[in-house]
Order: sequence, then structure tokens, then C-alpha cells
Amino acid sequence: MSFIQDLMHYEFLQKALFTSVMVGILCGVIGCFIVLRGMALMGDAISHAVLPGVAISFMLDINYFYGAAVMGLLTSIGIGYISQNSRVKSDSSIGIVFSAFFALGILLITKASTAIDLTQILFGNVLAVRSSDMWLTLIIGAIVLLIVILFYKEFLITTFDPTMAEAYGLPIRFIHYVIMILLTLVTVASLQTVGVVLVVAMLVTPASTAYLLTNRLSTMIFLSAFFGSISSVAGLYFSSEYNLSSGAVIVLATTVLFILAFIFSPKQGVLWRALRTRKNKAAL
Amino acid sequence: MKAVLGLIPKDKGEVKVLNQPVKLVRKRIAYVPQRNNLDWDFPINVFDTVLLGTYPHLGILRKPKAKHKEWAMQCLKEVGMEEYSHQQIGELSGGQQQRVFLARALAQNAELFFLDEPFVGIDVSSEKTIIQILKKLRDRGKTVFVVHHDLTKVEDYFDDLILLNKELIESGPVQKVFTPETITQAYQSSMTILEKVGVGV
Repeated sequence: MSFIQDLMHYEFLQKALFTSVMVGILCGVIGCFIVLRGMALMGDAISHAVLPGVAISFMLDINYFYGAAVMGLLTSIGIGYISQNSRVKSDSSIGIVFSAFFALGILLITKASTAIDLTQILFGNVLAVRSSDMWLTLIIGAIVLLIVILFYKEFLITTFDPTMAEAYGLPIRFIHYVIMILLTLVTVASLQTVGVVLVVAMLVTPASTAYLLTNRLSTMIFLSAFFGSISSVAGLYFSSEYNLSSGAVIVLATTVLFILAFIFSPKQGVLWRALRTRKNKAAL
Repeated sequence: MKAVLGLIPKDKGEVKVLNQPVKLVRKRIAYVPQRNNLDWDFPINVFDTVLLGTYPHLGILRKPKAKHKEWAMQCLKEVGMEEYSHQQIGELSGGQQQRVFLARALAQNAELFFLDEPFVGIDVSSEKTIIQILKKLRDRGKTVFVVHHDLTKVEDYFDDLILLNKELIESGPVQKVFTPETITQAYQSSMTILEKVGVGV
């Protein structure tokens, strides 16, 4: 209960709560498209590759958001360019590009500036959320959610059946890059809460949990956002009460939800499946 | 077929459909892809799949309304799959899946229908249902193109035939094109080399 009292009293906790819930929702929503398009590795790549952008922004003394967004975009374009113009397969080109960017980022941060705390960027610290971070997350959130709501239909069809989408004239390439931009924005918004290294878990795990529980994309998106945000709250609670790394706790919370769904999901869960197989065998 | 629709790059030449470049008439064409190109675990049910057929004419930013849903249901009834409307698409048999995608093509309200190997790996009764619907479409004045390579049914199913093996061998009414000579030419003497045979209804 003391957590709730603290929440009433301390403004920094309120900011942290608001930001982490927002991040949970955003990662949950975009994560659904990432999972269904088979781009989990791409999500990992973009989150790592924003690091040099963060470093350069600090050097130029601008908000880290701009540098990170530019780097995220460069990464997705670079990956696309390599896999389309050589025989190198897509997952390998993702590996090449993002590790290069990540390495560059580490060098830039450690050598060029002492003002940034590398561990904070890598692993997040939800309790250190400033007002400017909170507003940034809110604005990014509003933009991302608005775009997903407006173009839900187009995102659905290009994810499910890109051939049909192209056959009736949708610009599927363009839509792919729109989703990459949204992914970059969400990653940047999550830096403060979960950190670069673990963003991919926020993108992939709540969405996969939801995927096991429903057969409708819209329901999957709502469930995924819900799982993402309650995991964030759990992360905030444990990191403020027990002084644990917020990113790590959030990710483990999403994992617990996933394991529960994996075992108990009515349609896909291993438990009911095993029971059903036994019943069928007994019936024979 | 994909090259005709501009979905893969072509070596050279220009494709005109309804006397216009394909780009301008995309919304008057319904395309039914090969079944193996889809993610059958996608979280979508039968009804919502058919509803996708209304998207081309909705344009961006508009959502399907009650009348679109009614229309999608009507298309689903036409292929006899209305009782499966809430099932996830991966739970259906191959033939049922093909019927659902035909219903989606019907929902597109197109003039031209392009079907890529619709009869591969499906049951006999679904094949019958599909061919009946295709013939109904023909009677309504629509044009249906089918990529097909089961030679035994050609004469029953189709009115016109385009025979291809790397190059055009023959095209025209089935009776004229479907002769032992042209088939031998298409399959290059021994019938063991099976190349795609394109057939139009």
C-alpha cells in the first residue's frame, strides 16, 4: 500500500507511472504488427541502432529523440538496401547493420562524452523520467496511435496479404517504411523506461502472448497493449520498492504473462492441448 | 500471371487490360493468390477475410459499414461457407480456404478475376462449387482467368485457352487450341516435363 501512498505524494513517481504505461501500450500496439510481419529481429535491430543517434544528439546538444529517429530510419533503409541489392539474406543483413551501428554508438558514448550514462540508456531507468521525456512519450504516443487507428485497414491487409494489397494498388513498400518509422518512434519513447537492449522484449512478448489468446487482430492489439502496460506498472513497482532495474523487471513481467498464456491459453495452450489429445486417444 | 498484374518485374513489353495500362484498372481486377503464399495462422476469421474484399473500393481512411458487411456475408453465402464465418482461416480444409478467398474476390465486385492455380490440393466438392461459381460469373459477363495444369478437366471447365511454355504456343477457343499437336508442343514430346499451362475461361 505504501507504493500507492508514494504515488500520491511524489510527482516523479506519477511521471514514471504515466510514461511506463504509455510505453507499454505503444510497444504492445506496434509489437503486434512486428510479430505478425515476422520482423522481431528488425525491432531488435532498430532499438540497438538508435544508440549512435543518442550519442550524437548529446554532442550537438539537441534532444536525443532527433538523432535516434534519424539513425533508426537509416538502419531500416540500410538493411533493406543490402538485402535487395546482394545475395545476403535479410536476417544476415539485419545482423550486419545493427551490430555496426551499436558498436559505433558504444564508442561514441564512451569516448566523446561523459555526460551520458551508458547503463541508463542500455537498461533504462524509469524513475529518472523527466517532464520533457514524459511529454515526448505522450506526443509520440498520440501520433503513433492516431496513425494506427486511421490506417488500421491498410496495415491489416498489407500484413496479412501483401500480394492482394499490391494487386489493388496499395503502396506496400511505403507502408513498410511507415511501420519502420513508427517502430523507431516507439523505440525512442521506450529508451528511458526499458532501455535499448530490452525494447525488443516489450515489442515481441506482449504481442506474442496476445497472439496465443485470440483470433482477431483488433482484440490482439488491445490485449497486447494491456499486457504491455500492466507489465510496465509491475516494473515500476518493483524498481521503486526494491531498487531493481526497471527494464529487467518489466521484461520478466511480460515473460511471466507469456508463460501463463503458453500453458493455459484455451486454444493454443500446451495444457489444454495435451488434455485434448488424451481425450481423443481415450475416445478411440 | 503475377507479371501481368505488375506484381513482379517483367522483362519487357507493356500490359494492357480493358484497353488501359494495368495501373489504371487495378480496382476492376480481383486476384486470388496461390494458397501457399499466405500465413494461415494470422489472427483473422473467415468473415473478416471476405470483408477485406470491400477494401479496394472503400479507399483509405474509410471503414467498412453495415452495408459492406452485409455484402461480404452475401458473398460468403454464395460460396456456401456462411456457417464457418467465425472460424479462424487456418482451421479450414484447403478447399474451404479456396472458397473463402473466392468469396473475397466476389466481394471486390470486379470485372476481371485472376485465379492462380485455384484447384491445387483441394477436394472434389469444393472444386465443383468453385467451377460453378466461376461459370456463373462468366454468365454475368465477367472475365475469369485461371492458371491451371490439370489437362483432364480443360474441356469441361474452360471456353478459351492460352497455351504457354516459355513462349506462346497457341491461344483461342478450347476446341481449336486443345489438340494433341499443340499439347505435345507445349509439353515437349514426352509428357514428363510439366510446364505451367495457362487457361482462360
